[in-house]
Amino acid sequence: MQTLIFRTAAPLLTGLMLLFSVFVLLRGHNEPGGGFTGGLIAASAFAILGIAFGVPAVRRALYFHPMAISGFGLFIAALAGLPSLDLGMPFLTGLWAAPSLFGMTVDLSTVMVFDVGVYLVVVGSITSIALALEDREHD
Amino acid sequence: MAATDVMVDKTAAMIAAPVTAADWLVIAPVLLPIMFGALLVMIRHSIRWHALIALGVLAAMIGANVLLLMRVLEVGPVSMTMGSWLPPFGISFTVDALGAAFSLTASVVALLCCASSVRDIDAAGRRYGFYPFLLLMMAGVSGAFLTGDMFNLYVWFEVFLISSFGLLILGSEKPQIDGATKYAVLNLVGTTLFLIATGYLYGTFGTLNMADLAVKAGQMGEVAPLMTLASLYLLAFGMKAAAFPVNFWLPASYHTPPVITGALFGGLLTKVGVYALLRTLVMIFAVERAVLSGVIGWVAVATMLVGALGALAQSDIRRISGFLVISGVGIMLAGIALGSVGGLSGAIFYALHSMLALSALYLLGGLMRQKGGSFSLHTLSGLYLASPLMTALAFIIALAVAGLPLGSGLWPKVMLVRASLEAGAWPLALAILASGFLATIALGRVFILAFWRNGIAGQPRLEAGKVSLTGYGAVSVLVIAILAMGLAPEPFIRVTTAAATGLLDSSAYVHAVFPAGGVQ
Amino acid sequence: MEPAFAVLVGLFFAGGIYLMLSRHIIRILLGVVLFGNAVNLLIFTNGRILREVPPVIGEGLDMPVGLVANPLPQALILTAIVISFSFFAFLLVLAYRAYQEIGTDDTDGMRIAEPVDDGLPPMGY
Repeated sequence: MQTLIFRTAAPLLTGLMLLFSVFVLLRGHNEPGGGFTGGLIAASAFAILGIAFGVPAVRRALYFHPMAISGFGLFIAALAGLPSLDLGMPFLTGLWAAPSLFGMTVDLSTVMVFDVGVYLVVVGSITSIALALEDREHD
Repeated sequence: MAATDVMVDKTAAMIAAPVTAADWLVIAPVLLPIMFGALLVMIRHSIRWHALIALGVLAAMIGANVLLLMRVLEVGPVSMTMGSWLPPFGISFTVDALGAAFSLTASVVALLCCASSVRDIDAAGRRYGFYPFLLLMMAGVSGAFLTGDMFNLYVWFEVFLISSFGLLILGSEKPQIDGATKYAVLNLVGTTLFLIATGYLYGTFGTLNMADLAVKAGQMGEVAPLMTLASLYLLAFGMKAAAFPVNFWLPASYHTPPVITGALFGGLLTKVGVYALLRTLVMIFAVERAVLSGVIGWVAVATMLVGALGALAQSDIRRISGFLVISGVGIMLAGIALGSVGGLSGAIFYALHSMLALSALYLLGGLMRQKGGSFSLHTLSGLYLASPLMTALAFIIALAVAGLPLGSGLWPKVMLVRASLEAGAWPLALAILASGFLATIALGRVFILAFWRNGIAGQPRLEAGKVSLTGYGAVSVLVIAILAMGLAPEPFIRVTTAAATGLLDSSAYVHAVFPAGGVQ
Repeated sequence: MEPAFAVLVGLFFAGGIYLMLSRHIIRILLGVVLFGNAVNLLIFTNGRILREVPPVIGEGLDMPVGLVANPLPQALILTAIVISFSFFAFLLVLAYRAYQEIGTDDTDGMRIAEPVDDGLPPMGY
């Protein structure tokens, strides 16, 4: 789509949606949201960018192949279950750490790592499907 | 919300007992292929490493499965519930002798198929993702064998199904796309039926944990909703296993991909359906299975005969193999119809044998193609003169698949025939013997035409192609395993009998999940 | 509320199966989607249908207040939706490829994978 309005708005929209997707991802621990929803929002952001500037531009912007991102997500999601091996707990048990950074307590957990993994899996796979379908439109 | 602010006291819902590293064996056969499959997706361009990593992971899976099987035989079923939540709230992985034996055999088949693929899958296939798909499919297959939760079983079914789609269209030839369309649509309908049944299951029992279900279904006795559930599961898993009225997707698709993929599918995927039937119909819905046993029995007879007759009518080796897969599924269903220890033990043994023998048959088809240049019985000839070794391998494989002495198919058939005669189910015994006879003719014809025949008059001799050593190696190892099963069946029968008794009396399985008597 | 949903689920199933009986791949696919949604609705009905009470536990509580819908079926549906969505995307691409390669979406014309009729296998030599 080559309209000026859309091409001007698309990068802003994409940036905003990516930011929002991270917000939704982090909000998801105790409230509605989470990796899946966040990942869908981020994937739609890339889809919009793809409609505005074409698929090659999105592939350049992503740098990594979407499927590689997806694989990385799956890998760290599985990795998030492993630390509990050391503590004699079953796979995927949620573990928490609260290190103090610059005077603020930051809650880190394996659950969050898992959710980030889900986010990346969804971003990667949905983006690669969307890009494949957008690519098809032009041939 | 910070961790310290959480006021909910979760201790009553959490597992407190420490979990030893040995318990982690339960998920190792699933975790390994998932993690390394993901890794291979990440390094999708460094295709040099793919085959090596896949081989290493599959070897490690075999190791984990061996340890798991030894542990299960020693201490009974082992269970681990994810995330420390108490079952039935957490998702359990519960492994008994049945799951461990299936998982071990599946990983052996996968390693050998992977080893013989090293030469046959070209760079394009690797870049497309043959090895990641293979590992993710194995994760799905092992997950299905090891999980102790109905919905989780559904998820693993989907995992291996979607990877199998990827493997099936690898190469994107026209026939592959045609076959994959039929395979994909019919399997999707099958899994949707599975999902319907699981939805009703949750509505009826309020739980999805298999151990919990086994207890609760046993208490309910024979009531109408459970009959519906059992029939739905029979249809859904029957479709997966390619049982008679719903088997037509298998011969339409399994001959289209490269033979390695055919070997993996023919060896493993239908057996996952059989495993799920054993788990649901025998362990959970025991009462309903007894009511349905007449239906299952006739389905078994029809499946055996349709498969064997189909094999007789084909002239493409891969399609003959496809129909023999179906015939074997019928033999396993006969054991489920009988429901006695002998029958189930025979069915489980036959399933393990069938994984090895049918994969070997497909791989052998690949070797014959490499040597003779064709899959068709019209043109294949003179293979005995070209390669006596291949002839010897083919002979043993044919004996095993037809259920004749020396091969691994003999003993489970003996067990099944004896069990059906004990139960007075002579049509089953007759059908098992008749299908074995028909399979012998079908394979005998392959042997006579492709191996014994000395070239075809008026047709130039086919240029003897080079056969890769890895291909020979993989088939030879499978043949050694088949011979071991056929010549020294006692240890295998011990495992399958343990698996069958564990299915019929699920108390040990339930105890592994709910050590304290549990939430009832 | 449940009887109405039961009828709706029945209609979805009927529509899905009717479409799946068609010869054209695209209708079969639409039927599969309808079929999948019928299942999702079925599981949803299993988990109690209530108005406007989200199954979220309020801050500082360890139980939801009052009667809420069972969140587990909804989690199951979410999983099923994700899976059926990815399947549908795959099937759509596959059907499109099949249409391009084979030149038809009529399943009667899709017989490339079937063996050409080259007579019976030889009876002897």
